[in-house]
Amino acid sequence: MQIFEYNGSALVAMVGKNCFAIASDRRLGVQLQTIATDFQRISKIHDRLFLGLSGLATDAQTLFGPYFCQPVIAGLGDEDKPFICTMDSIGAKELAKDFVVAGTASESLYGACESMFKENMEPEELFETVSQALLASVDRDCLSGWGGHNTYRSKGKDFERKDGLSGTKYLTHEISMDLFF
Amino acid sequence: MECVFGLVGNDFAVVAADTSAVHSILVHKSNEDKIMILDSHKLIAASGESGDRVQFTEYIQKNVALYQFRNGIPLTTAAAANFTRGELATALRKVEDQMILESCKSSSGVPLVLSHYNPYFVNILLAGYDKETGPSLFYIDYIATLHKVDKGAFGYGSYFSLAMMDRHYHSGMTVEEAIDLVDKCIMEIRSRLVVAPPNFVIKIVDKDGAREYAWRESVKDAGVPSA
Repeated sequence: MQIFEYNGSALVAMVGKNCFAIASDRRLGVQLQTIATDFQRISKIHDRLFLGLSGLATDAQTLFGPYFCQPVIAGLGDEDKPFICTMDSIGAKELAKDFVVAGTASESLYGACESMFKENMEPEELFETVSQALLASVDRDCLSGWGGHNTYRSKGKDFERKDGLSGTKYLTHEISMDLFF
Repeated sequence: MECVFGLVGNDFAVVAADTSAVHSILVHKSNEDKIMILDSHKLIAASGESGDRVQFTEYIQKNVALYQFRNGIPLTTAAAANFTRGELATALRKVEDQMILESCKSSSGVPLVLSHYNPYFVNILLAGYDKETGPSLFYIDYIATLHKVDKGAFGYGSYFSLAMMDRHYHSGMTVEEAIDLVDKCIMEIRSRLVVAPPNFVIKIVDKDGAREYAWRESVKDAGVPSA
């Protein structure tokens, strides 16, 4: 019994033009049995940072002590430059300029992302690409799937309030994809 | 093999568990109640190693009661579920030290200690009713995976009861519909599982509290002879 494949998972993050997208599947399983089809793998840390945890679900739920987990980190860094990274369960980082993947469907995800990725995609196109890459990959992996959660973040309009406070509105779109037959 | 399953209805949650206590090929008793009433509006249906099942659920029950004594208000179902999950997660990774016997001490007289993990091998379905949020059911497996579900099951029986519930469950079921579905699941387990447990207990929790609903017996234990 492989511990990383006990619950099943699929995670992908991609960089676009001043935006990023992070998506996960929705299955929670116990080896061959599906327990739930609405499991959340991606957490919002704050406005500009999202974290997805693949691997053993119980460790993803334990604060201060994940073990058999592979994180996917996606956010907006300095000057709103999109940033993505993944690492293995012992912290070997992989910084990528284009996309990162994790989970039981990672091999399929590598293939799908490699063929579908383009540089400097606008938010809507990036969302579509990430969704199609995820759905295509999990369809070939029995331990992940049952739809997907896709979050994409881009820098919206700059705004200025009457009291002099200025800031930037961030557009976040969270879409849940149902399984299409 | 122990069968536990449950589902959420329109303003109640129902759980069912088999009632056989088995060691290897021997059935010790067939009226063992595996669904504990945690507090007035919570039920905990547990399956797994029998010593762990009883000790762990009693531990949770007493801590939930302590919270109510200390704070004057009861825990919500979600809070109790997260507490239970935390205790399982802690036990999963906490190293326990066991002192080796005096006679096995090392030559220098230093006591030998055996370090090991001591997790609880208990799978839990926690059902509850909260005034603000209504009924809820939480799936907590023995490695402390927690998930809020509408229907859940553990054990070999889960292959049959989950399939049955996937087919017939819909949200907002009435008590009659839910008990009918529970009975369908029990029928399926009885007819299709090779070492099927003969008897089941069904408990329900709603705004009026947690209580036993019914037993489904096909084998009755012989009574204890009077002294």
